[in-house]
Amino acid sequence: MGRIVIRRLASALPIMAIVSVITFAMIHLIPGDPAVAIAGLSATAEQLETIRRDLGLDQPVLTQLWRWYANVLRGDLGRSLLLGQPVVQVMTQRLQVTLALSAYALVLTLLLGLTAGIVAALRQNTWIDQAAMVFAMIGISLPNFWLGLLMIILFAVDLRWLPTGGYIPLTADPLGWLATSTMPAVSLALLQAGLLARITRSTMLEVLRQDYIRTARAKGLPNRVVVMKHALANALIPIVTVLGIIVSLLISGSVVTETLFSIPGVGQLLTQAVLNRDYPMVQGGLLMTTALLVLVNIAVEVCYALLDPRVRTDGS
Amino acid sequence: MAAEDDFLEVRQPPWRAATRRLLHHRLFLLGLILFGMVAIVAILAPWIAPQDPNKLAMRFKFRPPDRDFLFGTDNFGRSLWSRVIWGARLSMLIGSSVVLINAVCGTAIGAAAGYFRQIDNVLMRVNDALMAFPAVLLAIAVTAVLGPSVNDVIIALGIVYTPRTARIVRSSVIVLREMDYVQAAVAAGAGHWRILRRHILPNALAPLIVQLSFLFAYAVLTEATLSFLGVGAVPPTPTWGNIMAEGRQYMIDAPWIIAIPGLALMMTVLGLNLLGDGLRDVLDPRLRVQS
Amino acid sequence: MSLLEVRDLTTVFRTGRGEVTAVEDISFDLAEGEVLGIVGESGSGKSVTALTIMGLLPRPTARIRSGAIRFGGEDLTRLPESRMQRIRGPGIAMVFQEPMTSLNPVFSIGDQIMETIRAHEPLSPRAAFSRAVAMLEKVGIASAATRMADYPHQLSGGQRQRVMLAIALVCRPRVLIADEPTTALDVTIQAQILDLLLDLRDELGMAIILITHNMGVIAETADRVLVMYAGRIAEEAPVAGLFDAPLHPYTNGLLECVPSLTEDRARLVAIPGTLPEAHRRPPGCRYAPRCPLAAADCGHGLPPLRALVPGHRAACLRIAPS
Repeated sequence: MGRIVIRRLASALPIMAIVSVITFAMIHLIPGDPAVAIAGLSATAEQLETIRRDLGLDQPVLTQLWRWYANVLRGDLGRSLLLGQPVVQVMTQRLQVTLALSAYALVLTLLLGLTAGIVAALRQNTWIDQAAMVFAMIGISLPNFWLGLLMIILFAVDLRWLPTGGYIPLTADPLGWLATSTMPAVSLALLQAGLLARITRSTMLEVLRQDYIRTARAKGLPNRVVVMKHALANALIPIVTVLGIIVSLLISGSVVTETLFSIPGVGQLLTQAVLNRDYPMVQGGLLMTTALLVLVNIAVEVCYALLDPRVRTDGS
Repeated sequence: MAAEDDFLEVRQPPWRAATRRLLHHRLFLLGLILFGMVAIVAILAPWIAPQDPNKLAMRFKFRPPDRDFLFGTDNFGRSLWSRVIWGARLSMLIGSSVVLINAVCGTAIGAAAGYFRQIDNVLMRVNDALMAFPAVLLAIAVTAVLGPSVNDVIIALGIVYTPRTARIVRSSVIVLREMDYVQAAVAAGAGHWRILRRHILPNALAPLIVQLSFLFAYAVLTEATLSFLGVGAVPPTPTWGNIMAEGRQYMIDAPWIIAIPGLALMMTVLGLNLLGDGLRDVLDPRLRVQS
Repeated sequence: MSLLEVRDLTTVFRTGRGEVTAVEDISFDLAEGEVLGIVGESGSGKSVTALTIMGLLPRPTARIRSGAIRFGGEDLTRLPESRMQRIRGPGIAMVFQEPMTSLNPVFSIGDQIMETIRAHEPLSPRAAFSRAVAMLEKVGIASAATRMADYPHQLSGGQRQRVMLAIALVCRPRVLIADEPTTALDVTIQAQILDLLLDLRDELGMAIILITHNMGVIAETADRVLVMYAGRIAEEAPVAGLFDAPLHPYTNGLLECVPSLTEDRARLVAIPGTLPEAHRRPPGCRYAPRCPLAAADCGHGLPPLRALVPGHRAACLRIAPS
């Protein structure tokens, strides 16, 4: 087991190395002078000089790269130009918000997606199956920010059930968190839920055709056990592999959702950083978020190994 | 040499049969109609848009949909019908450009990695690194570097999605490379280029086409997201995302400003997803068994 | 009084071309402790017959159109699914052809045996464990207690089929249906499994329906034989009668190409022509197009299954009762 974790971590290293080079290179790929891009065309020569010195842009590129790595390894991703605070500190605060929202959306995704997929597979070619798949199709085709706008109009403006936006931390007031996070989480979850429902359905149909399902029925097991134990345990293996993709999509989706609902998470932070040309924030934020996703993927692969004895017993 | 080579040629997928089956696939046809309507409107935009999409006419502002203004007007009195039509044109332009970039670069990278195993490792590590970024975050970071214009958005989406296409092409190429007929062509002395072009790529086309139709949908959706966030093409460029971003603050009193471009966006994405599903049902033999 | 009575059973499948009959007018009896062989080419309806008795037909594609399956005073075709579940296992159990894929890959074999016991009997986990170990030993798995935690991929094909037998037999069924239980195995293993099957029949006192395309297997194990062709019974006889004096021309054909147990997986290939597909069967006797004895009247109407010799029935117009 431990060996699987170590092997996965090791295979993630080169990927993270390249990811960090790409994020480092971003500022150098800006057409023209990055300092001008940051400060604007009206900036004075001294202002530009200060920016270059602060960001180390006056040094040779290799020196900059060396410093960047030395800093990254020490956990220093520079300071946000806009907020004046260390990037890591800002990101740590904002990540909590995004992670809470994503976790909520992930739970909704799993509940909706797995249920719809399993039920559709069990009732293949009936109206239940078709209805579930129509909803899944709408889910993957509905722009989440548009759904968010419609939900704001209906639930916040017309019915006044929920606030139009804003954020109350979970630790401060769980009910307030639920009130402020529910619409964002639902609008965020729908795409992934649709995706998951489609994958779950086709995987379940595949598994239900297998010989061992016939064996389970021939043993006289109740249908519930055949489906929820024998079929699901096998279907979960391929389903787990898409969890990494789903989390990545949730983080992607949270960018616009947070902006729409004024939630102070990473997505909103980085959108503001891009709009204000706060390059250190963009670079550091991108690197940290991506590192987190790589870790999630490692966790997913370890889960995969846990679920499948063929991988588990060979690996240890 | 050529004669021997042709002798070893594998029979190509029966395109005519595939087309016939597609034309009997009801959801594919629905997708074709939805997407086709948007595409036609996009192509004809300069001729069918009644007004200049950016022409301000303050005396007409916030007109709900009526006979003069089919989709109503926005806060500047611009015709929403005209803006949505031009938005369709931009969505189609951006989507098809991203698809083209993917078809060319994704195929080249994927085929190179899958066929020449010496460079596979390097190419795929870079590929995996690019895929490790969350798509929308990478896209907005790239537009932060390049700038906010339609071209920059196309490049950003190309960078985000090409690695995903390359992966799919690579995995088909790896399988095909080991097929007997390809090995036979190698034994017959056919060159790499010839083998790739004549024996491998034609057979890797089916999964690529399926991927590209879904990719078109993602590209359109992500472009709208970027515009909505304000990091896409700059206003007043009439992209659907821009129209909705501007209409957002008036959405209580003038809901049509966000409703109509949203519906258009959904129709496009839905159409493309249905096309992708239909193509997958017909072209991907692994999944065909199920239906 | 027979243990299992099948009467006029007809099973149909829904296809793109409408309904086709997979099994038609099948009737037979199974006595206590008897081994009934069902033989025929693939596609002749043997497996569908078995799945119909088990109530495991793929739904909603297949259904029983008519007939009855009487077992333990009940008609299985009329039982609700919940009652049927209680019969599968302790009443009628089944082992399948594909040992490599018939066990669930993500559960240990111990778990798969024990859940069968616990689905039917209120046993403690410990009691179920020791019963499962005893059963594994009985089917010839060495050091059974330690193998309980093994997963299917850690076992060989022969071992897996032994585990499948253990699962099928652990609730002491009164009828065991074995559908080509040895086809996928090596010849030596085949013989071992068949011997094991007969030993267990004696020990547990159950009846067996053994489905195979291999006449050699039938000769070695069965008491009585049912020959199926294109969904119908062609001939039914005690095993000695069938091999000594086959009546139906199809059986004759089969016997001419009898593969012995030592010849691995010999198929029934000597008869010219192929089994007609279910949707394009000939109007009269289904074997007529391939039959060396066929005459004009064979093309009109299905030949009835007649007792031509006491205890020996055949469906052929060309054979006169003796």
